[in-house]
Amino acid sequence: MTTTDIVTIATRPRMERQPIRRLLARPEMGALVAALAVMIFFSVYTSNFMTLAGAGVWLESASTFGIMAVAVALLMIGGEFDLSAGVMTGFTALIVGVLTTNYGLNIWVAVVVSLAVALGVGALNGFIVMRTGLPSFIVTLGTFFVLAGIDLAVTKLITGQVSIQGMAKVPFYDTIQPLFGASIRIGGGVFYVSVLWWFLVTAIATWVLLRARAGNWIFAVGGALNSSRQVGVPIMKTKVGLFMTTAGAAWLVGMISLFRTSTVQANTGVGQEFIYIICAVVGGCLLTGGFGSAIGAALGALIYGMVFQGITFAQWDTNWLRTFLGAMLLLAVLLNHWVRTRAGGGR
Amino acid sequence: MSQITKTHDPIVAVKNIGKRYGAINALAGVTTEVRAGEVTCVLGDNGAGKSTFIKMLAGAHTPSEGEMLLDGEPVTFSSPRAALDAGIATVYQDLAVVPLMPVWRNFFLGSELTKGAGPFRRLDVKRMKTITYTELDNMGIDLRDVDQPIGTLSGGERQCVAIARAVYFGARVLILDEPTAALGVKQSGVVLRYIARARDRGLGVVFITHNPHHAYPVGDRFLLLNRGTSLGDYAKADITLGELTSLMAGGAELDSLAHELERSMGADSPVVKELEREAEALPEAAREELVPPTAS
Repeated sequence: MTTTDIVTIATRPRMERQPIRRLLARPEMGALVAALAVMIFFSVYTSNFMTLAGAGVWLESASTFGIMAVAVALLMIGGEFDLSAGVMTGFTALIVGVLTTNYGLNIWVAVVVSLAVALGVGALNGFIVMRTGLPSFIVTLGTFFVLAGIDLAVTKLITGQVSIQGMAKVPFYDTIQPLFGASIRIGGGVFYVSVLWWFLVTAIATWVLLRARAGNWIFAVGGALNSSRQVGVPIMKTKVGLFMTTAGAAWLVGMISLFRTSTVQANTGVGQEFIYIICAVVGGCLLTGGFGSAIGAALGALIYGMVFQGITFAQWDTNWLRTFLGAMLLLAVLLNHWVRTRAGGGR
Repeated sequence: MSQITKTHDPIVAVKNIGKRYGAINALAGVTTEVRAGEVTCVLGDNGAGKSTFIKMLAGAHTPSEGEMLLDGEPVTFSSPRAALDAGIATVYQDLAVVPLMPVWRNFFLGSELTKGAGPFRRLDVKRMKTITYTELDNMGIDLRDVDQPIGTLSGGERQCVAIARAVYFGARVLILDEPTAALGVKQSGVVLRYIARARDRGLGVVFITHNPHHAYPVGDRFLLLNRGTSLGDYAKADITLGELTSLMAGGAELDSLAHELERSMGADSPVVKELEREAEALPEAAREELVPPTAS
């Protein structure tokens, strides 16, 4: 720095700070308010929602959706969609199931193979999107159906059924099961290790987004791809990395559901990709990319988990869940639209 | 200011350069120079060859004739990156900013400062914010908050952030592609002030514009282009704003326009008088060049 710089720093006025206004402008603010409202409502309306037993149930429900919503949120901030994310959770679990029960492969090896295949499919998604310039919505819709078909056809071809049974009898099952499916009893509530995974994934994603170079690039490629290219952001690496992250998260969720129940259905995860997107959008992600937060997506999933279980606790018809989700989504999109026109519309 | 380094040798000099795309002659016979602490304005109407000229300077195109000198040495840029490494930075019209990202993140995008190592390598947020604030302040932009999305800034301010960014990352020559084209009168004034600032900090500035009223106040040297040829390269002392304007409008065309209007509006019409006066004001040499062969 030159002397003028130092003089300028010494004499400059203090940077203005408006903590409350800045807090309100955060993308996850809307989701936080909504989560608190939902929590208070069910705590008052039902007697067992705000107990340890109740919390264990809705946290477990939110955790797997939360892991995926956070990964999908990163991808959406980067300006892309992944419709194959839901079916991928079943796909990875089926790989482990088939390799161990039918081919007798070591379960640890099978889990690693499953991860490798997932990352490969994610990389392929990203590569096709970047090379062809086609919308990721279409490309991953294709992958979604290809995988959904494989899940059913191959599982049936090899095992003769549409689900994997007998996982618990596989050698070394007990050595790996606690990693993904462990639970502890606190008071009257059962808390699964998946909740910890969810917190961990959210924390890492938040750190990457806000404090790592990769996070800067994610916001940039989603916000203005051409500008990013011009200033030297590695756009190919960033986008392919995002698709691989989503696939990796799907693998984690696949393992969690496999080792918690020791069984997997061939249609696991189908239809859930939209719930991940809803959680991410409710958490403040823009559909057009360049804006959003991992904590917001985690809160979106928390809302989903609480409403899903809250409706059960309140003994309402659970079919209302979808209507509620749809309404939440519309509200969130309207809120986001307002934020965007204020922040990005320019003058 | 302490950074002023006026030298007598140009940083970049071009001699009779031109560009041919197959049979089409996009630009020919252009000679000018860029000196530290001076503004070289490139003026011309649409299709005059301004873009071709800056693309050659910026390394996006290689000239098909003539030579380019960097610090007196002949040079050929194989890519924009090569030009950038030589200290020639270009601020294009779209500015290469991400509207929803904070000013400081935009400032360092693609060249982020980090601290720590391995998986704990992280952004040095505090330092980047301080540098952004300082650099903008040095350009005379007082942003209260470098955390606001760059999209909330006015067009002129955004332009200035892009200029400040190029200056900070070591540009010696700054090429500005029509920075005032999309701006209103007031915002244009703001940008012109920052061009002067960059000049005062010792940069050689290449300012592309089609508005002589923007070019004349800040410019030290004026390169005029018309339909792929140079109408001349003037130092400020050799040309007045009136002459510049007339040259831009095309002296001979202005003459014939005056005659045409004379018939319909009468010789005493103030518009015609004005045009005639402007045509008179042209430098003699430039006028002769402009007259088409059939007319002489």
